Amino acid sequence: MAPTAPTAAKSASPSQPSGKSEVADLKQQLRQLAGSRAPDADDQRRDVFKRVISCMTAGIDVSAAFGEMVLCSATSDVVTKKMCYLYVGAHARAHPDLALLTINFLQRDCRDQDPTIRGLALRSLCSLRVPNLVEYLVTPLTTGLKDPSAYVRMIAAVGAAKLYHISATACIDADLPASLKALMLSDPDAQVVANCLHALQEIWTLEAASSEAAAREIETLYSKPVVFYLLNKIKEFSEWAQCLVLELASKFLPSDNNEIFDIMNLLEDRLQHANGAVVLATIKVFLHLTMSMTDVHQQVYERIKAPLLTLVGAGSPEQSYSVLCHLHLLVMRAPMLFSSDYKSFYCQFSDPSYVKKLKLEMLTAIANESNTYEIVTELCEYAGNVDVPIARESIRAVGKIALQQYDVNAIVDRLLQFLEMDKDFVTAETLVLVKDLLRKYPQWSHDCIAVVGNISSKNIQEPKGKAALIWMLGEYSQDMHDAPYILESLVENWDEEHSPEVRLHLLTAVMKCFFKRPPETQKALGATLAAGLSNTHQDVHDRALFYYRLLQYDPNVAERVVNPPKQAVSVFADTQSGEMKDRIFDEFNSLSVVYQKPSYMFTDKEHRGPFEYSEDLTNLTVGAETTENVISAQRYQENDNDLLLSTSDKEDNGTRASNGSSTSTYNAPSDLIGSSLISSQTPAETSLINTIGPTSSSQSNFSLDDLLGLGVTESPAPSPPVLSLNSKPVLDPGTFQRKWGQLALALSQECSLSPQGAASLMNPQSLIRHMQSNYIQCIASGGQPPNYKFFFYAQKDGATAFFLVECIVNTASAKAQLKIKADDGTAAEAFSTLFQSALSQFGLS
Amino acid sequence: MISQFFVLSQRGDHIVFRDYRGEVPKGSAEIFFRKVKFWNDDEAEEAPPNVDGVNYIHVKVAGLFFVVTTMVNVSPSLLLELLQRIARVTKDYLGVLNEDSLRKNFILVYELLDEVIDFGYPQTTSTEVLKSYIFNEPIMVDAGRLPPLGPAAMFMQGTKRMPGTAVTKSVVATEPGGKKREEIFVDIIEKISVTFSSSGYILTSEIDGTIQMKSYLSGNPEIRLALNEDLSIGRTGSSSHDYRSSSGSGTVILDDCNFHESVHLDSFDIDRTLTLIPPDGEFAVMNYRMTQEFKPPFRVTALIEEAGPSRAEVLLKIRAEFSVNVTANTITVQMPVPSYTMRASFELEAGAIVGGSEHTLRAKLTFSQESHGNITKEAGPVNMNFTIPMYNASKLQVRYLQIAKKSKTYNPYRWVRYVTQANSYVARL
Repeated sequence: MAPTAPTAAKSASPSQPSGKSEVADLKQQLRQLAGSRAPDADDQRRDVFKRVISCMTAGIDVSAAFGEMVLCSATSDVVTKKMCYLYVGAHARAHPDLALLTINFLQRDCRDQDPTIRGLALRSLCSLRVPNLVEYLVTPLTTGLKDPSAYVRMIAAVGAAKLYHISATACIDADLPASLKALMLSDPDAQVVANCLHALQEIWTLEAASSEAAAREIETLYSKPVVFYLLNKIKEFSEWAQCLVLELASKFLPSDNNEIFDIMNLLEDRLQHANGAVVLATIKVFLHLTMSMTDVHQQVYERIKAPLLTLVGAGSPEQSYSVLCHLHLLVMRAPMLFSSDYKSFYCQFSDPSYVKKLKLEMLTAIANESNTYEIVTELCEYAGNVDVPIARESIRAVGKIALQQYDVNAIVDRLLQFLEMDKDFVTAETLVLVKDLLRKYPQWSHDCIAVVGNISSKNIQEPKGKAALIWMLGEYSQDMHDAPYILESLVENWDEEHSPEVRLHLLTAVMKCFFKRPPETQKALGATLAAGLSNTHQDVHDRALFYYRLLQYDPNVAERVVNPPKQAVSVFADTQSGEMKDRIFDEFNSLSVVYQKPSYMFTDKEHRGPFEYSEDLTNLTVGAETTENVISAQRYQENDNDLLLSTSDKEDNGTRASNGSSTSTYNAPSDLIGSSLISSQTPAETSLINTIGPTSSSQSNFSLDDLLGLGVTESPAPSPPVLSLNSKPVLDPGTFQRKWGQLALALSQECSLSPQGAASLMNPQSLIRHMQSNYIQCIASGGQPPNYKFFFYAQKDGATAFFLVECIVNTASAKAQLKIKADDGTAAEAFSTLFQSALSQFGLS
Repeated sequence: MISQFFVLSQRGDHIVFRDYRGEVPKGSAEIFFRKVKFWNDDEAEEAPPNVDGVNYIHVKVAGLFFVVTTMVNVSPSLLLELLQRIARVTKDYLGVLNEDSLRKNFILVYELLDEVIDFGYPQTTSTEVLKSYIFNEPIMVDAGRLPPLGPAAMFMQGTKRMPGTAVTKSVVATEPGGKKREEIFVDIIEKISVTFSSSGYILTSEIDGTIQMKSYLSGNPEIRLALNEDLSIGRTGSSSHDYRSSSGSGTVILDDCNFHESVHLDSFDIDRTLTLIPPDGEFAVMNYRMTQEFKPPFRVTALIEEAGPSRAEVLLKIRAEFSVNVTANTITVQMPVPSYTMRASFELEAGAIVGGSEHTLRAKLTFSQESHGNITKEAGPVNMNFTIPMYNASKLQVRYLQIAKKSKTYNPYRWVRYVTQANSYVARL
C-alpha cells in the first residue's frame, strides 16, 4: 500500500498519542469518508481502516467506531473489505443492533460473482456470533454447501459448526449435519471433506450430550466405511487434514487382524513424512491398532524408533521437546526395546535443561546389564556440569540406576568418587543417594561408611545432605569409629542448625547411637533431649519428649522402637501410578504427554467429558431413558425398600440419616437399623462382607444366599475372595470403548438376581449405586423394563488391569447375562465370582 | 482446535492478534508473556504453560513469539509444526521475517491468518494456494540493514555470503525490474554433534541434516535432485549391506530420513534421485540423521594443569581438518572455569580459521582459593561453535539438479550450497 498524501480530514484533526482521542479522530475521518466519492476515497479508506485494525491489535478499544466502520463498508476494494470483515467479526457481539447493518452487504457479497468474495462474505457472516442474526445465516450456508466453488463449500462447512455454536437448534433444524455428511462422502475437494469432518465431529460430540441419535452418528464416523474411505484418499489431504483423518483412524476398532495390517501397510509411508505432526499421528494409529497383538506391538516400537529420533534432531527446540516427550513415554513403557539406543539420549551441550532432564530420565530407565557402564560414565561427566540443576539430576540418575541394578559394585565406587569432588551440592546429593543405597543394600555399608566417615559435617550446607549424613552416623555408629563424637559436636552446634529436618534426624541418630555405644553417647543424648524439648518447632519438641518418656518408661522398649531389626528396602515407591501412565498412553499425541498427566487433570471442566456419559457409548442399543411413568412404581418400591433396608451408599447414609428426609428413593430408611454398625464398615474393603439387613453383618454372604435358597449359579468355594478391587478406578468412555473392542471375551455367563433385586430394579441408577458400593463402576447404562443393559468396569487393586463387563438384566426372569473382558485374563474367573455375588446381593442389603 | 493466534515482540507488544473462537478470556497474551518472561527464574516451570485451562503453545522465531492458545487437549506437534509453518509462509511473503517487516505488513499477515486457520481448524499453509486469496502487496524491508540475529538466524534467513538479495526476496512480490529472476536454491544444512573424550577419542557423533529448497521458478517445472549413488539408509547390519562401492571412498549411510510431501521416491531406490515439483517458497525436501562415523572438521584438545597452589594453566588446541579452500567462521570456544577463578589471561589469534591450520590458546588462571583436588572436575568441558560454509561432514552430495523444461533458452540459476554448523561440539577435560 503506497502511503497516501495527507488529506484535508487528517490535517484538520491531527492524531494524538492517547488511545481515546485516536479513536475519536478515526471516527471523524470515517464519517467524512462514508459518502465520499472522491477518486482517492478508496485509498484513504484503506489507510484509515488500517489504523483502526492497528489500534485493535494493540488492544485499544475501538468498538466505539463500529457505526462509522459499517457506514464505510460499502466498497469494492477487497483489501478494505477484508479489514472491515475482521473488524466487524471482532466487535459485532458487543453491538448486536448495529451488526444488523452489516448483514445487508454481507448477504449481497454472498451472491457475488467472484467465489473469493462469496467465500469471504460467508465466513464473516458466520463469524458475527450474534444470536438474533441466525435467521440470516441458514440460507447462505445451505447454498454455500452446494456452491460450485470448493473454496466456498470449504468455508460453508466450517460455517455450519460456527452456526451450531451460535444456535444449536437452528443448525439441527436446517438439517446441516446431514448435508455435511453427504458432502464429506462425496465431495471431490479434500479440504471440503476435511472441514465437513471437523464440523461433524464438533457438532455431534456436543449434541451427543443430549441426543442418542448424535451419539450413533459419531459412531458411524468411526465405522469401517468412513474410515477406509478417508484413509484411501489420505494423500489428497493437506498435512493438517491428514492428521485429522489419522486421529479418526486411531479410534477405529478393527474387526480382524487383516484390517489392522491393511491400515498399517497403507500408512507405512506416512512415517517418512517431514511433518512431525503427521508422523506422530500415524504412530498413534499403529500403537492403538496393535494393542492386543503383543508381537506386532513390539515391532511397531522398533519401526517408529528411527523416525522419532530423526524428528528430535530436525525441528526447532520446541518441536524436539514435544517429540522427545513422546519418546520418553514410550521409553518408560518399554525400556528394554530402547536399551541399545542409549547414545541417542546423551545430553548435548546445546540442549535446554528441560530437554536434558527428560533425557536423564530416559537414560536411567534404559540402563541394564549391557549398557550400565557407558551410561554411568556419561552421567558422571554431567555431574561437574556448570548447570547445577542438571548436575544434581545426573547424580540422582546414577543413584537410581544403582538402586535398580543387581551389580552395583562399580556404581558405588563412582558415587563415592563424587564425594571426593568436594562440591557442596554434589556431596549433599551423593549423601542422600548413599543413604538410599544403604537402605537397599546394607551389605555395602563397609565401603560406604569408610568414605562417609571422612566427610566433615561442616562442609555440608544443604539440610537434605546433612540429614542423610546424620542418619548414616546413627545407623552405623557401631562401625564408625568417631560417630558419637561427630554427633556430639553436631549437638553442640544445635543452635546454628535451623532446619527442623536436620534436628529431627539428629535426635533419632543420637538415640540410635546411645543404644549402641552408651558410655560415649550419654552426655550427647542428654544435651540433645534438652535442646529438643526447648525447641519451638512442634515436631522436634514432640519427638524429643517422646524419646524422653520412652526412656523413662523402659529403656529396653525404647531400644526396640529406635533400633528395630531392619529389612532392606526392595522397591522404593514409584511416584506415578501405572494406571496414570496408561491413561497418558491412551492419549498419545496430545498435550497429556507433554504435561505428563492425563487430560482430565488440566482441561477445562466445560470441555471435559461428563463422568457418567451414558449416551456416549453407542454400542448400547437397548431403548432410551426411563421416563415418568416409572416414577409411581418407584415410589411404591420405596415402601418395599423400607423393609429391605438398603445401605449400599455410605455417603447418602451419613447425610440423609440425620435429617431423615426421604428424597432419595431407597437409601433413606437405612437409618432405621444399625446404620452406625454398617457405615463404619461398608466400603472399606472390597471383600464381599456386605451389610445384610438386620441379620448379622459379619455373616458370609454365601451362606446367606444358601439360606435364602437363591444360590449363586457357580456356587463358589466358601473361601474369602482373593481379588480385591481398587476403590476409585478411573476409566473414560473412549478408553472403555477401545478396550472393549480390543480385548477378547474372557467369560460369558448367565446368573440370577434375587427376586427382591429384580423387583427393585426399576431404573438403572439403583443397581449402579449398588455396584459402586462394591467398587464396580458403571460407565454406561440404558434400557427400559424389563430389559436393562449396563457396562461396568472395575480395576484390580494395586494393578493397572481393568475388568470390563457387559451386563444385560431381565427383571422379569431375574436373570442377568454377563460378558466379562479383562486385561488380565487369569483373574477373570475370580472377578466373575465377585461380580456375581455382588449382583446377587442387590436388593437384599 | 485453536482458540487464538498471536505474535508478540520481545517486549510483549502485540504485533498481530487473532481470536478464532472467542472462548479464551481476555488478557491471554499478557498472561503468556509474563509466564515466559519469568521462566528462567523458576526452573521447575513446565515447558508449555497451562493457566486456568488454557494451553499456551509457542515457538520462538526471529526473536518473536508465535503463540496459539487452545482449550482442548490437542496434539502439541501439530500446533508447533503449524506455528513454524505460519512463520515460514509469512517469510515467503515478506521476504524477511522480523519485527519490522511484520509491523509494516500486519494487514497482510491478517489476510494470511484468515486463510490458514478457520474457526480454529488448520486449513492450508501452502504458499502457492494462499496466493490466490492474498490481495495485499508486501511492503519490503531492506534486508541489508538488519541486525544479525546470532548464528541460529542462519536457518531462517538463508545462508550468508550468497547472492544477497535472492534469499530475502518475497515469493510473491513483483520486482521493480519487471521480470522475475528464475532461480532455485538448494541448501544442504548439517548440524553436527561430536563429543571427544579427554584422551581425544570420539565418544559420540551425530549429524542432523536437512536439504532445504527455495524455488523462484515460474510454472512449477519438475525437478530431479540426484544424491550420492552409494547412499544407503538404515543401519540394518552388515549382512544386508550392498558392497557396490566398498572402496575406501566411504559410503554414506543414513540412519533414517524423511521427505517432504511433494517428493516422489519412485526412482529413489534405483538411482537415489528425488523427483519433485517444488511448491513455492521455502521447505525442507528431506531431513536425515546419521550416526555413522565421520571425520570431524576440528580436532580439539584441551588441557588444564595446576601450576602452583592457586594457579592453573589451560592449553587449548584446535586443528582444522578440512581443505584449505574452506574457511570456518563465527567461531566461539567456551570453557567454563572454576567458580573461584579471579583472573584469566590468555593470548589467541582471533578470527576465521582456514582449513588445515592449527590454533593454540594458552591461558593462565589465578584462583581466589586453593583448588582442592581434581581441577579437571571443576572446569570444562570445552564447547565449540562454528559455521563452515561450503563444507559438509556427511559427504552427502547433490550430484545434479535437473529442471525439466522444454525450451532451450530456459536456463534458470541454480544454487547448491552446503553449510555445516556445530550443534554440540564438546571436548572433555
